[in-house]
Amino acid sequence: MDLELIITSFPKLLGATVITLKLLSASLFFGLILGLFFAILRLNKNKLVRGFAYGYSYVFRGTPLLVQIFIIYFGLGQIEYLRTTFLWVILKEPYWCAIIAFSLNTGAYTSEILRSAFETIKPGIVEAGRSLGLNKMFIFSKIQIPIAIKQSLPAYGNEIILMLKGTSLASTVTLLDITGVAKFIISTTFRPIEVFIVAGSIYLFITFLVHNLIKYLEKKYRYQ
Amino acid sequence: MKLKKIILSVFASLFLFSSTLSADTIRIATEGAYPPWNSKSEDGKLIGFEVELANWLCIYMERDCKIVEQDWDGMIPALRMRKYDAIMAGMSITDERKKVITFSQGYADEVASLAVMKGSDLEGMDTPEGINLSLGGKDVKAALKTITGALAGKTVCTQTGTIHQNFLESGDVGSVDVRTYKTQDEVNLDLSAGRCDAALAAAVAFTDYAEKSGKDVVLVGPTFSGGHFGNGVGVGLRQEAQFGSDSALGQRDAQLLKDFNKAIDQARKAGKISELATKWFGFDASM
Repeated sequence: MDLELIITSFPKLLGATVITLKLLSASLFFGLILGLFFAILRLNKNKLVRGFAYGYSYVFRGTPLLVQIFIIYFGLGQIEYLRTTFLWVILKEPYWCAIIAFSLNTGAYTSEILRSAFETIKPGIVEAGRSLGLNKMFIFSKIQIPIAIKQSLPAYGNEIILMLKGTSLASTVTLLDITGVAKFIISTTFRPIEVFIVAGSIYLFITFLVHNLIKYLEKKYRYQ
Repeated sequence: MKLKKIILSVFASLFLFSSTLSADTIRIATEGAYPPWNSKSEDGKLIGFEVELANWLCIYMERDCKIVEQDWDGMIPALRMRKYDAIMAGMSITDERKKVITFSQGYADEVASLAVMKGSDLEGMDTPEGINLSLGGKDVKAALKTITGALAGKTVCTQTGTIHQNFLESGDVGSVDVRTYKTQDEVNLDLSAGRCDAALAAAVAFTDYAEKSGKDVVLVGPTFSGGHFGNGVGVGLRQEAQFGSDSALGQRDAQLLKDFNKAIDQARKAGKISELATKWFGFDASM
């Protein structure tokens, strides 16, 4: 054990935490929008719309995140036509490729979490709203969505933690997140154990914060 | 009962097939992703200059060898953990690496070069054909200045943990935006995709890629050697002091260094290194 290396690598890895948190928050933001959108599609009466939403969730939950990020970063980069379009401005940057891959992935899981939450809402609650003369849109946004969010908090907290660890794959497309910087330090010191222990501890600490935040929210939004 | 038997026999066969190497087999690690030094054929076999040279060195040493594959970024740590006994992976002999491992004498010379896509504004850089950073002097300084000017604000891609990365980050060519990749394949992909303005690696790595992919990758600027680029490519081995010079393990490591040096002498004298280098590189890169 090289204690000095642990101490000197800590501030460098802490600096990289900013990139990790940026990737995480951007992916969760876009993923939540995607997830809500596709969860609503899953509840649609039209078979085709439902099938499309199911297909999306099936593909992105059924393939490894690493494969998805490689297809988006290295795969799309090989299509010459794409490089002449405005899309290349975004796809050229590893940062945006990572966010696209992460958002699509977490969006798929989030849509499943929200769908099952919507399905647990008892029909009686919606009927009660209707009998009060509330319109469909109002019932959905003010009754169904809040209940669904409460229902899905524990599962969604889990998804945040999974996504946090997923961001480490950003290092495979040249980004210097926590794992990327850890690999960089190892490439000059050749000491993986010390550096990965520090990197692992930082992930653990973020997980600790996320876990407690979700616990707090669960308590706050518990049914009175 | 039948199912139990099947499961048991599957597990038993898994254990049987997992390596049954004798203690005196030398395990040599290579990356298998840095053609023409070492790579993999279409059916997944390890091939290349170093794979063939390794087999010849083992013949000269009269020892059994097994060539194993290892990702580049874990190459040195895994050697130190005794996962294998030697590295032959286009690894240049540098002072930085000598702090943690030792090297045999060099067996081949590697020159590095920048590469760009045809039509890049970096083409036609006015520099000498090759510069040796260890020699220094006016020409080298002038060339580095030209390169510094040309690369300012550009993204230069290279493989993680290489001499090329060390050079780009040394400040010799100013502060370029360095992007690092796990393998040379990925560097090549992003160079041709246009994400990198230039890339730095062994010159042969680019010419090999240009030839095989048909992409318009061209070398620009001088070829680099010396300084951060080390003193040729050698066999990476454990320092005898790592496990204690008096211990059995330490002594075995020390003996291995002697054996490799002797075998390289023999291979060189027999013209084997030149022959293999010419076969894989198209020119005699032996040393």
